[in-house]
Amino acid sequence: MLEAWVDILRVLDGTLRLATPLILCAAAGLVSERSGIIDIGLEGKLLAGAFAAAAAASLSGSPWIGLAAAIGVAVLLALVHGFACISQHGEQIISGVAVNILAAGLTVVVGIALFRQGGQTPLLGPEERFGPIQLPAVGALAGVPGAGPLYAELISGHNVLVYLALVAVLAVWWLLYRTTFGLRLRAVGEAPEAVDTAGVSVPWLRYRAVIIAGVLCGIAGAYLSTAHGAGFVREMSAGKGFIALAAMIFGKWRPGPALVACLLFGFLDTITPRLEGVRMACSDGKAIEIFITLLGGACDEPPLRLPTALIPTLPYVFTLVLLAGFFGRAVPPAALGTPYVKKH
Amino acid sequence: MPLPRWLDLFVVPLVNLALALLVVALVFAAIGEDPFRALAVMAKGAFVYPGSLGYTLYYTTNFIFTGLAVAVAFHAMLFNIGGEGQATFGGLGVALICLALDPFLPGVVVILLAIGGAAAFGAAWGFIPGWLQARRGSHVVITTIMFNFIAAGLMVWLLSGMLMMSGQGSPETRSFEEATWLPFIHDILRAVGLEAERSPFNLSFFIALAACVGVWLLIWRTKFGYALRTMGHSEPAAVYAGIPVQRITVLAMAISGALAGCMALNEILGVQHRLVLNFSAGYGFTGIAVALMGRNHPVGIVMAALLFGALYQGGAELDFEFKSVTSEMVLVIQGLIILFSGALAHMPVPWLVRLASRWRPANA
Repeated sequence: MLEAWVDILRVLDGTLRLATPLILCAAAGLVSERSGIIDIGLEGKLLAGAFAAAAAASLSGSPWIGLAAAIGVAVLLALVHGFACISQHGEQIISGVAVNILAAGLTVVVGIALFRQGGQTPLLGPEERFGPIQLPAVGALAGVPGAGPLYAELISGHNVLVYLALVAVLAVWWLLYRTTFGLRLRAVGEAPEAVDTAGVSVPWLRYRAVIIAGVLCGIAGAYLSTAHGAGFVREMSAGKGFIALAAMIFGKWRPGPALVACLLFGFLDTITPRLEGVRMACSDGKAIEIFITLLGGACDEPPLRLPTALIPTLPYVFTLVLLAGFFGRAVPPAALGTPYVKKH
Repeated sequence: MPLPRWLDLFVVPLVNLALALLVVALVFAAIGEDPFRALAVMAKGAFVYPGSLGYTLYYTTNFIFTGLAVAVAFHAMLFNIGGEGQATFGGLGVALICLALDPFLPGVVVILLAIGGAAAFGAAWGFIPGWLQARRGSHVVITTIMFNFIAAGLMVWLLSGMLMMSGQGSPETRSFEEATWLPFIHDILRAVGLEAERSPFNLSFFIALAACVGVWLLIWRTKFGYALRTMGHSEPAAVYAGIPVQRITVLAMAISGALAGCMALNEILGVQHRLVLNFSAGYGFTGIAVALMGRNHPVGIVMAALLFGALYQGGAELDFEFKSVTSEMVLVIQGLIILFSGALAHMPVPWLVRLASRWRPANA
């Protein structure tokens, strides 16, 4: 029983680790899209941030300088996107695609120029990364059944960026729903002409939104290469920016539900390797026995294997079903994707 | 003041391209390499070395298909960024038909059916997002992104399972019978007694050119094309004119998907002769750049596809000639072209308007 509890905690712990970059990127997309700027460049900003963090941490020896570099580079890409979308009234989808492709190319080109290791950065040592933080009183609680392992395995022992991600969601919620800036930001995503009429600058609001998105993506990138991983490898974002985009939509452009979606998608990612080779049904086709076999139950050969290759597509399938309005309804901000051209 | 037509059609795209290349040159300078030497290496690698032209045209074929795919949807103001997934599905269509029929039917018949299979499977993978957009209001950009990932996952599942060649570990199907392979151009040339270097350049290039003519006819010479363009200019106007916007949306996405699916004719039926993972390799995304540069017109798309074909083939040459420049530089160039020719397309317009108005009094 106790072993099962620890096992469950390990899965939840892995869920939180894998969900962290999703949480940060989804929060980034949320701020940008609530202001009316489509952000399919999350992936590119994440990748560029990951590279900048690892490169700067490797050159300077400090993960904090890496984090600052990641934020700087991601904000720079966000400003390129902002300039195209806000100042030039350009097509936001195209700009996002450009950001993604540019990041995929530049990270490798600059990586080779700096380190000559085929696009990777050198492996980072422990002092160049964000290490786990032991929260106080782990030892004191260790004896408490249930809560002790919960505290030690799940709550304590993460790196600072995991906690930062959770704080970021709260901060984004507070910013959007409890501040004047947030009220205006949401208004500019729904009815920019109203905000303009009220004498508030539409471009400046939207620029601030994309900058916040850049900062959050930068942190997510630093997490990938200097906290979760120990260095940058090419294409290391591996579609996480798009899963975050899906999570944001799955959460209907709201912080709380988006967080839940990120955790759900992180959970899927965590259990996939555990389900590798698990039998889905017995040859007599009686029952789907995933959970029975997970708990060590028996099933006669030849089994039907669980199609684990399809699990990574589930976030997209879920989001598509939601988008199609088969359950619930996801309504984007009204002015999303429409450039605001001031009429004189 | 609107721009004169010649400025809009020729000068603006060239200025955008020049701006993109200027930034590329800056990137080269930043990493300490000579951009002009790189340009010379790429030009040689794309056109001069024996067989290189064939490789360039082979890449060009992919880009014509994916560029046309993006352009058709674009004319209706629909962003189909699902070219990757649609091409993947096109490959599945080709493979299923070849694997099922090549022992029984003559090669030519299988090829014709495979062409239909590529188009039909690609069309299906474009049809669903189109239908979701038209009937359920789900934005086609988001859904096509997701369909790319779903197609990739399905392909991993199929190729590591039921479609995998038995008794082998790698995720690919068995090879198709040789009679179903699209002929290589070098084989055709040698058959008529001409010297030709080996390259993957094959007959699908001419299918791509035929598709260009077909798209031109469809967009500018049919009622459907008129409805499509009307909808692209103004959806309310299209609705007011009685154009069935929902049906046009679904059809445009299906046709777009079919064109992207035909990319598999080059890769699978022309070169690989078996279904492999990830053969779409980003060509679907490059189609966006091709369509933008080609101004969504078949002639422009062929020219832009040739440019990108040369970039891909010439870019591969960078790996050999430079220590610190690799073919990833092509991605940077591609990203910058999408940025300047797409998202920032109108940036130089005010400057050009000012220039043009300064010239006019002197000319008049």
